[in-house]
Amino acid sequence: MTLLGQFSLWAALLVGLWCVAVGLSGGWKQRPEIAAMVTRAPYAVLICLVAASLALWQGLVSHDFNIEYVAAYTSRNLPPYYVVSAFWAGQKGSLLFWAVVLSLFGSLAQALTPRRHSDLLPYVAAVTSAVVVFFVSVMLFSANPFERLPFTPPDGRGLNPQLQNVGMVIHPPMLYLGYISITVPFAFATAALLSRKLDTGWIHAIRKWTLVSWLFLSIGITLGMWWAYVELGWGGYWAWDPVENASLLPWLTMTAFLHSVMIQEKRGMLKRWNLGLIIGTFLLSIFGTFITRSGVISSVHSFTQSNVGYFFLAFLVIAGTFGFTLLYTRWPLLEAESQLDSVASREAAFLFNNLLLVGIAFSVLWGTLFPILSELVRGSKITVGPPFFNRVNVPLGLLLLGLTGVGPLIAWRKASTANLKRQFRWPALAGLGTLFILLAAGMRDFYPVMALALAGFVAGTVVQEFQRGARARMRMHQESLALALGRLIARNRRRYGGYLVHVGVLIYCVAFTGMAFKREQEATLKPGQSVEVRSPFGHTYTFTHLGVSQFESLNRIVTAGTVEVKKDGKPAGLITSEKRQHVDSFKRPTFEPSTEVGIRSGLQEDIYIVLAGVVNGTEEAVYRFNLNPLVWWVWFGGGVLVVGGLVTMWPGGGPLIRTRRVQAGYEATLAGAATERE
Amino acid sequence: MPELETPTVGPRHTRRSFLGLAAGSLVAALSLTRRAGAQGQESSAQEPLAGQGATGSLRDPTVVGRSRTPTTANDNDEAIKQIEKRIHCTCGCNLDVFTCRTTDFSCTYSPELHREVVALFDQGKSAQQILDAFVAKYGEKVLMAPEPKNFNLVGYLLPGVVITVGAAVLALVIGRRERRRSLAMAAAAAASPPPARGTVPSAQATPEELDRLRQALSEVDD
Repeated sequence: MTLLGQFSLWAALLVGLWCVAVGLSGGWKQRPEIAAMVTRAPYAVLICLVAASLALWQGLVSHDFNIEYVAAYTSRNLPPYYVVSAFWAGQKGSLLFWAVVLSLFGSLAQALTPRRHSDLLPYVAAVTSAVVVFFVSVMLFSANPFERLPFTPPDGRGLNPQLQNVGMVIHPPMLYLGYISITVPFAFATAALLSRKLDTGWIHAIRKWTLVSWLFLSIGITLGMWWAYVELGWGGYWAWDPVENASLLPWLTMTAFLHSVMIQEKRGMLKRWNLGLIIGTFLLSIFGTFITRSGVISSVHSFTQSNVGYFFLAFLVIAGTFGFTLLYTRWPLLEAESQLDSVASREAAFLFNNLLLVGIAFSVLWGTLFPILSELVRGSKITVGPPFFNRVNVPLGLLLLGLTGVGPLIAWRKASTANLKRQFRWPALAGLGTLFILLAAGMRDFYPVMALALAGFVAGTVVQEFQRGARARMRMHQESLALALGRLIARNRRRYGGYLVHVGVLIYCVAFTGMAFKREQEATLKPGQSVEVRSPFGHTYTFTHLGVSQFESLNRIVTAGTVEVKKDGKPAGLITSEKRQHVDSFKRPTFEPSTEVGIRSGLQEDIYIVLAGVVNGTEEAVYRFNLNPLVWWVWFGGGVLVVGGLVTMWPGGGPLIRTRRVQAGYEATLAGAATERE
Repeated sequence: MPELETPTVGPRHTRRSFLGLAAGSLVAALSLTRRAGAQGQESSAQEPLAGQGATGSLRDPTVVGRSRTPTTANDNDEAIKQIEKRIHCTCGCNLDVFTCRTTDFSCTYSPELHREVVALFDQGKSAQQILDAFVAKYGEKVLMAPEPKNFNLVGYLLPGVVITVGAAVLALVIGRRERRRSLAMAAAAAASPPPARGTVPSAQATPEELDRLRQALSEVDD
């Protein structure tokens, strides 16, 4: 099967190269017959890469340990679902995964794009194929997943224990899907620039794609936080690690684009900025991949260091030069059709929102790269860890949270003083009320207090928007509150889905403040001994060590410490934390012992217990007990964010233009303009 | 002819005696179980889980990682914890010393660094003095974040400066346009008479603008 895999990769490379060359020339010369031919090429590339993927999967499932990749990432006793997910667990397999999903997205872009944008499709095929060609080249010339060993080991090394988690089965593909799908908007933007069709057509063509990639990135990032929390055992979910930062960067710029594109749609402004954002987002997705795979910056999440980093660096430079040069050459065609009227306008609020989002992205990128710069300038190495990122980014994040509330309420073009008063009175009171309550309750930590007060303000804005919309419907259509709310969202999914996303963001922010109040306690306990930890919500938890047991399970030997929990003196169940020594089918240890955290989630706080080890091989155990406030709300916030995104992108739901009542003045102007055109 | 084995016949039981025996056994068994349970509760409240007796040994201690030493008061000292959260573990894990020593239990560096912190702390050194001692010994890289001084200030301040300058330029440009526009509108209003009542102002719209207008209208809820 490796032969089939190799052959398929070469075939994909050749078809892809042909598609790039012919697509660009066909589009350039406006030859529809060539264009029609080339728009089918992505399907051929997809077939080749699906064949290659099946070949690799066949190798994994049949335990063909003569394939280096199979021997490095699986073993005979690895549970079947991890054998399947080993496809994207390693460097080489994940490159193939990237290539096959990208060719799928490239094909879907050809199949699903409305015919009115067909002028752009040859270029889109060429650009997506160019990126596929790059990934296939990396595989063929540097990291081939079908490489064979000179011998066949009796068993493989197995999968890294930290990757043996349900989160890791889902999280990397989600993140990859986010990264990969960014290529499609980039391809449409490049197509618009190449074909000089720079009206709003390309923006309409990519709307769903930008939402899809934003959604996948959001899901991937949230699942990544969850995996880090339950699997890494350090008690948190975000450590500003370079690889985590790399996933955040395109999410931030894509979020900026989703806001600024509204200004282009409504007022024909920010055309250059939007194109720049799409090109930048694509480059950041490649940069993230470069960071993860090059080993240029140390990270706990990185793949093994290899020379694929050079390929990515070269591709990054070429793609950046190509994209921005193209943008520069089309600069005069991208004049704004109108200008900003006032600082007190929604356009201005969105601009400031974009400035902050891109500024935060810059700040994260700056912090990630600063160690390299510092070494170049001063010759001494430094570490840029969470204290740096928190100090720089938390104030910016608070400003952004505030703008999340301002943007939706302020009027387009220019807001009058009366409008500002009417819109902001209640939300401002909600924010001030929250601030007063927190101060009265004795909270004095500046950032958490500000975050919660601003969250109160944003919640006020969202509630007010829903309440006004629902009240209007109830009055006009005599609907019940539930029906009015349901129809309000269904009839204007983009707007109210967006508000739901804002709710998700504010829940995130509130939940993040919880970690400022977490409690940690280390204790060594003999069976029967207890330790008490007081939570920030005033509860007293008593943890009693019951004992340590050992048993074999699947592909590991487990040492489990069991703790009885009492909350305010009342029994609250047992929690078990484990040490796992993974072994291959010959019972030989494969990795260092790993920790499996015991977690009990609650609305107020999580109980998080880590078995650190035992004393002299006895049942006397060393534990770390954490009480982590509001963590459950991080996952809930992520869920709301995703639901909001789904509502926004769900097809249909918009009111029909033809059946709509419009103001007489507009109607007259539209009719007049239509007559003139005829 | 072989002798047939005669079956042993025991005492005969009537149905009544059998039921009586069964009921008696059940009651006896229940009472015994209760007594045993009560004894168990008593004993568990008194002895086996008191944490003072001998603890059991593990079947295979080699699979639990390196042996741990019992926790000391210094391990939970908040001041030491805060210092360790500012020191980078040198094992290459990207974590601070406190997090590494309480998370990566195969790491041998973080316990050693922890002992160094505790030793300096016990000598009465302040947090800053301990950090300075670490920087002197391991270099600036040992800090989780560089001190905000000299070139490092560029790292801390540049993002904020870029955003502030960007915001100021935006506000300035928009403000200037706003003033210019309002002056132009005032001049136009002074030059032309007000429209008659009931007329609709009309302007030539480009197809682009009409597209956007349709789009905007489509988003207005009925």
